[in-house]
Amino acid sequence: MPSLKEVRGRIVSINSTQQITKAMKMVAAAKLRRAQDNIIKIRPYAEKLNGILNNITASLEGSVENPYSEVREVKNVLIVVVTSDRGLAGAFNTNSIKAASALVNGRYKAQYEQGNVKFLCIGKKGLDAFVKKDANVISDYAGMFHELNFGSARKAAEFAMEGFLNKEYDEVVIVYNEFKNVATQVVKAEQFLPLVQESTEEQKSSKDQEIDYIFEPSKEEIVKGLIPKSLKIQFYKALLESFASEHGARMTAMDKATENAKELLKELRLMYNRTRQAAITKEILEIVAGAEALSK
Amino acid sequence: MFLEIITPDEKVFSGEVVAVNLPGTEGPFEVLNNHAAVISTLDKGNVKISESHNQVKNVVIDGGLVEVLDNKIIVLAEAIIG
Repeated sequence: MPSLKEVRGRIVSINSTQQITKAMKMVAAAKLRRAQDNIIKIRPYAEKLNGILNNITASLEGSVENPYSEVREVKNVLIVVVTSDRGLAGAFNTNSIKAASALVNGRYKAQYEQGNVKFLCIGKKGLDAFVKKDANVISDYAGMFHELNFGSARKAAEFAMEGFLNKEYDEVVIVYNEFKNVATQVVKAEQFLPLVQESTEEQKSSKDQEIDYIFEPSKEEIVKGLIPKSLKIQFYKALLESFASEHGARMTAMDKATENAKELLKELRLMYNRTRQAAITKEILEIVAGAEALSK
Repeated sequence: MFLEIITPDEKVFSGEVVAVNLPGTEGPFEVLNNHAAVISTLDKGNVKISESHNQVKNVVIDGGLVEVLDNKIIVLAEAIIG
């Protein structure tokens, strides 16, 4: 049995750990709320943009030539791995790194063996993991979560889109954690480029209430200008989802840690009291035995 | 008429206005009351908002898109400069 002093030391240390995890949980909850607000904030922009885009594409005769949906033979691949900057978020980072590695070992195995897969890491944890693996890493945009806004997300999206247009990459995939709710995050590997055409049902319904707009410049030009914008929004949305997921994951992880600390403390206190009682009993026994020996 | 300027990060402006000058890609233009429905792309430039005849606000946007419909103007800007 450990000594009283040892047990007391452990109790103090676990107590302070519990305080830390509790505080982290609180902070994560506050940040999560802000991250969710950000998701809500881009909604009016994204909805309006898609509304206009659908409206125009529905009224267009034939399809517009779109360099972003060009399907080429896949030789070079860019994988965008979205992780967080900090740890202590449960399996959050491991999950997206694993998903990215699964892509490399499965769908893009041939390309990877030729060294034609590049990783664009957003978030320090993913960057560290892939640098360790000696993968081909682009680190320019790693520190984005420091201050996440559309301005910084846009630059990374533009980098990927330019690479695609210049034929440096034939496919771009984003791996990120989708925010389902506070406790659940779903890892997603989404094809970013070439653009996957969405179903046309929605476009048809908007055709009924067509308004006679003046288009400046031509419809085709506007669509061409809109597609990169909507791509950037899609990219930004993935980052926001991941950001919210990170805080959700951290919150649950810290909640569990606090819970575990509580349980440990309970056990340790019991052990402490038992040890103390044993020591007292032993002392009394010694005194009684001593007194008895004297009286004889 | 009602004007809204939205970026993905925030709502920059929202309120009643008398006139708006916009930096269209085909050249700058002004939208007054009862303007016809227009969708136009915008260049980087200054949006001059006249809330009333002597109250003018300026917002510099980094490209975007504008939709004018039924006296409602929505400017979707990629970002705000400054």
